[in-house]
Amino acid sequence: MKTNDSLALSTSEKVTGWRLFLKTIGARAYPRVVGMQREISWLFFDVFLPMLAVSAYVFVYRAIGAPEEYVGFVIVGGAMTAFWLNILWSMSSQLYWEKETGNLGLYIMAPNSLMAILLGMAIGGLVATALRAVAIIVLGSLLFQVQYSVTSFTQLLAVFFLAMTALYGMGMMSASFFLLLSREAWHIANLAQEPVYLVSGFYFPIKSFNFWIAASASLIPLTLGLDAMRQLVFPSGAALGFLNVTIEIAILIVLCVVFLAGAKFLLDYMERLAIREGRITESRR
Amino acid sequence: MNRSESFRSFRMATWLGWQIEANWTDPFLFAVYIIIKPLASVAILVVMYSIITKGNYASPVFPYIYLGNAFYIYVAFVMTGISWAVIEDREHYRTLKYMYVAPLNMPFYLLGRGVSRFLVASVAVLITLLVGKFFLHLPLDLAGVDWGLFLVSLFLGVTMLAMLGLILAGLTLLIVNHHFAIGDAVAGALYLFSGAIFPLEVLPAWLRPVGFAMPITYWLELMRRSLIGNVAEAFPTLASFSNGQLLGILFGLTVLFAITSIFTFRWCDHLARERGLIDWVTNY
Repeated sequence: MKTNDSLALSTSEKVTGWRLFLKTIGARAYPRVVGMQREISWLFFDVFLPMLAVSAYVFVYRAIGAPEEYVGFVIVGGAMTAFWLNILWSMSSQLYWEKETGNLGLYIMAPNSLMAILLGMAIGGLVATALRAVAIIVLGSLLFQVQYSVTSFTQLLAVFFLAMTALYGMGMMSASFFLLLSREAWHIANLAQEPVYLVSGFYFPIKSFNFWIAASASLIPLTLGLDAMRQLVFPSGAALGFLNVTIEIAILIVLCVVFLAGAKFLLDYMERLAIREGRITESRR
Repeated sequence: MNRSESFRSFRMATWLGWQIEANWTDPFLFAVYIIIKPLASVAILVVMYSIITKGNYASPVFPYIYLGNAFYIYVAFVMTGISWAVIEDREHYRTLKYMYVAPLNMPFYLLGRGVSRFLVASVAVLITLLVGKFFLHLPLDLAGVDWGLFLVSLFLGVTMLAMLGLILAGLTLLIVNHHFAIGDAVAGALYLFSGAIFPLEVLPAWLRPVGFAMPITYWLELMRRSLIGNVAEAFPTLASFSNGQLLGILFGLTVLFAITSIFTFRWCDHLARERGLIDWVTNY
């Protein structure tokens, strides 16, 4: 037993700095990537539930005689809801859940960085959610016979990864706010679903809004990400786009930097504040 | 059945449900919370509609979609809310086992928990209707409303939803890993198949019978007819049915669901006790 203890100690002593940071990311991403795939029925519900909403909106468009490309808009938007739900429930409010289950104190006590833990959550969540989003797109496209016409795969990949980086950066930033919340965390996450579906144009082109509303909504990375992706994959997408794709990519790069830097700053600040105010271990159900 | 115990269980659960719903924040933020979510949901449909029709709110399709979506708020709140009470008490507050050892009537307790959700939903529906009336030209004339039909339909519909909720609550007692998905899946399926936001004719022909088998289809039609009769009757889906026939179908289905819910809940409750699931905390 002593040998094991000393081995464990000597191993942990070696893992410091960037190596500890990277190992923490990997360790936190692992349950997100592997654990979420183990429960196959979760995968089913994660795809099935958004598909119900997507189908309902597709039938609304058909009921009012919308052009067929709007069906494709809904499917792409519906797939992106998976990422927004992941941000709300598995990034922003994750630290609240950890507080409820008593893990948050352990995270703070451990010698690793909270930023690394959140990055691990983000990377793991992104991979697991991407599988679900792809399933929704494939299923929706087959069911409703959507035609795609990609104008630039390079730009499409760039837009997707930039939008996801900025989005998960935003999720990490909001997680720091949730560090201070208690019972209200659940309600606030719940409140942020439909209004964001609305302002980010999940089911219609964001260009339909007044310029300033669309510009304000662009602070949420999925708004510009979705708009650019629609422009790149649908023939009529460019005509219904809010801004030129190149400009949207540039804005997404800025959002990536702002949200990741903001997450680091706010997380450090909020962690100190939460410790000072004794909120790390509080549980007000 | 002990009537005083059942009534007390219902009354106290109503009070408890309201506290859980409302006391997490100050009244102003709570009011914002219950207004914004349903308004955002209906605004998505309004924007979709206005983009395609260039804002033609005079078309009968608009009130059809708008009213269906407005009253569907009850489905999500009441039906899903009752089943959520099991999850909240078992997993979150971890008090379900104490409820079971207390002198309570569990089905009445769960129905009572649904009352607070009904109240919150009613505010959301009212606000949604007012916004439709004053900002979106919804042809809603209070003098033209068939109040008798409206009140009877609302009562029957909410009772039917509560019974559906009790069935889901029973099933939730037996389910661990997917309890969050049960209510949402049923509510989502009903949203799609009950013609809440589009006439059933839009569905592929082989899916329409699913819609006709659902009580919510008839309930939403009655709500529309009671509020804007002439517009609602313009759609062929249920045009061959008179109001009396629709009420009869809704009443019959409500009774059917009430009987089913009693037996289903008893059966699930028995199994949950037998398998030791009442205090099962999964930490999911």
